[in-house]
Amino acid sequence: MKRKKWPFVYVGIVTAITYIPILLTVIYSFNESKISSVWGGFSLKWYEELMYDRDIREALANSLVLACLSGLGAAVIGTMGALGMYRRKSRLNEAVAMISMLPIMIPEIILGMVFLAVFSLMDLPFGMVTLVIAHTAFCIPYVYSMVSARLCGMDRSFYEAALDLGASPFRAFWDVTFPMILPGLLSGLMLSFAMSFDDVVISIFVTGPSVNTLPVKIYTALKTGVTPKINALASVMLGITALMIAGSAVLGRGRKKQEVPNQPSDAAGEERR
Amino acid sequence: MKGREKKDRGRQGVWPLLAPMYAFTLVFVALPVAYMFLLSFLTRAEVWGVTFAFTLENYRRILEPLYLGTFADSFGLAFLSTVLVILIGYPYGYFMARMNAVWKKRMLLLILIPFWTSALIRLYGWIIVFRNNGVLDSLLTALHLTEKPLKLLYTYPAVVVGMVYALLPFMILSVYSSAEKMDWTLVEAALDLGASPARAFWTVTFRLTLPGLLSGVILTFIPSMGLFFVADILGGNKIVLVGSVIQEQLTKGRNQPFAAALSVVLMVFTTLLIRLYRRITGTSKLEGIV
Repeated sequence: MKRKKWPFVYVGIVTAITYIPILLTVIYSFNESKISSVWGGFSLKWYEELMYDRDIREALANSLVLACLSGLGAAVIGTMGALGMYRRKSRLNEAVAMISMLPIMIPEIILGMVFLAVFSLMDLPFGMVTLVIAHTAFCIPYVYSMVSARLCGMDRSFYEAALDLGASPFRAFWDVTFPMILPGLLSGLMLSFAMSFDDVVISIFVTGPSVNTLPVKIYTALKTGVTPKINALASVMLGITALMIAGSAVLGRGRKKQEVPNQPSDAAGEERR
Repeated sequence: MKGREKKDRGRQGVWPLLAPMYAFTLVFVALPVAYMFLLSFLTRAEVWGVTFAFTLENYRRILEPLYLGTFADSFGLAFLSTVLVILIGYPYGYFMARMNAVWKKRMLLLILIPFWTSALIRLYGWIIVFRNNGVLDSLLTALHLTEKPLKLLYTYPAVVVGMVYALLPFMILSVYSSAEKMDWTLVEAALDLGASPARAFWTVTFRLTLPGLLSGVILTFIPSMGLFFVADILGGNKIVLVGSVIQEQLTKGRNQPFAAALSVVLMVFTTLLIRLYRRITGTSKLEGIV
């Protein structure tokens, strides 16, 4: 087939535009001037201020803890659920799977209001607990659907071969099924982490007065006015994300090298990701 | 015999696997959503919380011109944003699927980085672009296209740009994942059989990538009615979305039942959209990230 240039040009331009606001945020975080529309020379002073800001350090810690807890919770519940539903298909299972998808199907704002109403009905104290519950709810669909997709694409005969060759169901799962669903599990987990770390809308509704997450902090700061300090804070968040993605890319490469020799059928699946 | 044995082996241990998901889904998804429906028929309490007294007042209030107008505005904005997202995102996802494996990987990474970073932060960058004497103004003045600052921040176009920007990755990834799975030999077959490239695209490619396109539409249209912070940050207080009203009713108004009624109406729209999607594609699974 002929190779044309212009698709590349188009994709390139759109991608470049996508990055403009991000680059500007980073560039202006090094701006000496307090009036952010004027360039006053290079400076690191906003980062310094950030470091001494206890509120922000706390918010960062909260966000990280929250993302880890809800990501892990979703990974466990979602993976187990996907395995169970794959093994036995029933109408009830399908219905539950549909309902569990609701948190990402309905607009975030509704989910936020629903949680606010229910938590106040249950009399749960608003804070980390409510945050983790709410975030886990909207992370489960990511893990569940990623793992389900892997399971559906999986050749069941491998698992059955393992059983026929005398492996216990657990052993067969651990040696055959688990490595096959692991990429789905990991990508679901990373996506969950990112979604939770990023969330503003739901967090605003379910957080208490004493617990701030980083996005909530930025949101409230933005409403009162734009300062170069937020630029610096935003750049730090960007940095964390970039590190995470780089890390996952390295992990992915390492895994692949290991697996290709003895699992040719999985290598094809791996390639697609 | 053998088959039955296998089936039985498969069945062992299914319930312990399913239990956490069933429990969590029931307690923290199904019940809360059911409660929202109930709540929308209740009365707000004098100070804080709700009184369990049945009323239709909340729904009657939505029919007031003020709130009907808000719904219409939200719909208009969501529609415009979705159309723009399709126009930009569909070709992007399609072209990406046609690249070789190395470039696919690179592009996925390039898309995922902004996708993974807070939508808030990405929108924040647009403030720098749009504000008075901001980057865009300086650029346009330097090119002698405009003389005065355009005052773009806190306008409707700024909100549209923000929406499109925040939601574009969903469309790209949905279309990409559907185009990537496609059997391209079908297109070649159509071309070999004498179809024009346009005809081949329309009868083969477009049909096969339709699930991706539609799931992208759902992933953009629905959130764009609720993303009140986009309207907040880039639109000032001028553009009011359904999401903004819900938020206001919950925080300042402390009127949970009315917020619930607004949510129910929004939810009904959502359900109708998803129904439509299932009717057209014949699947319940959304393509792409979901």
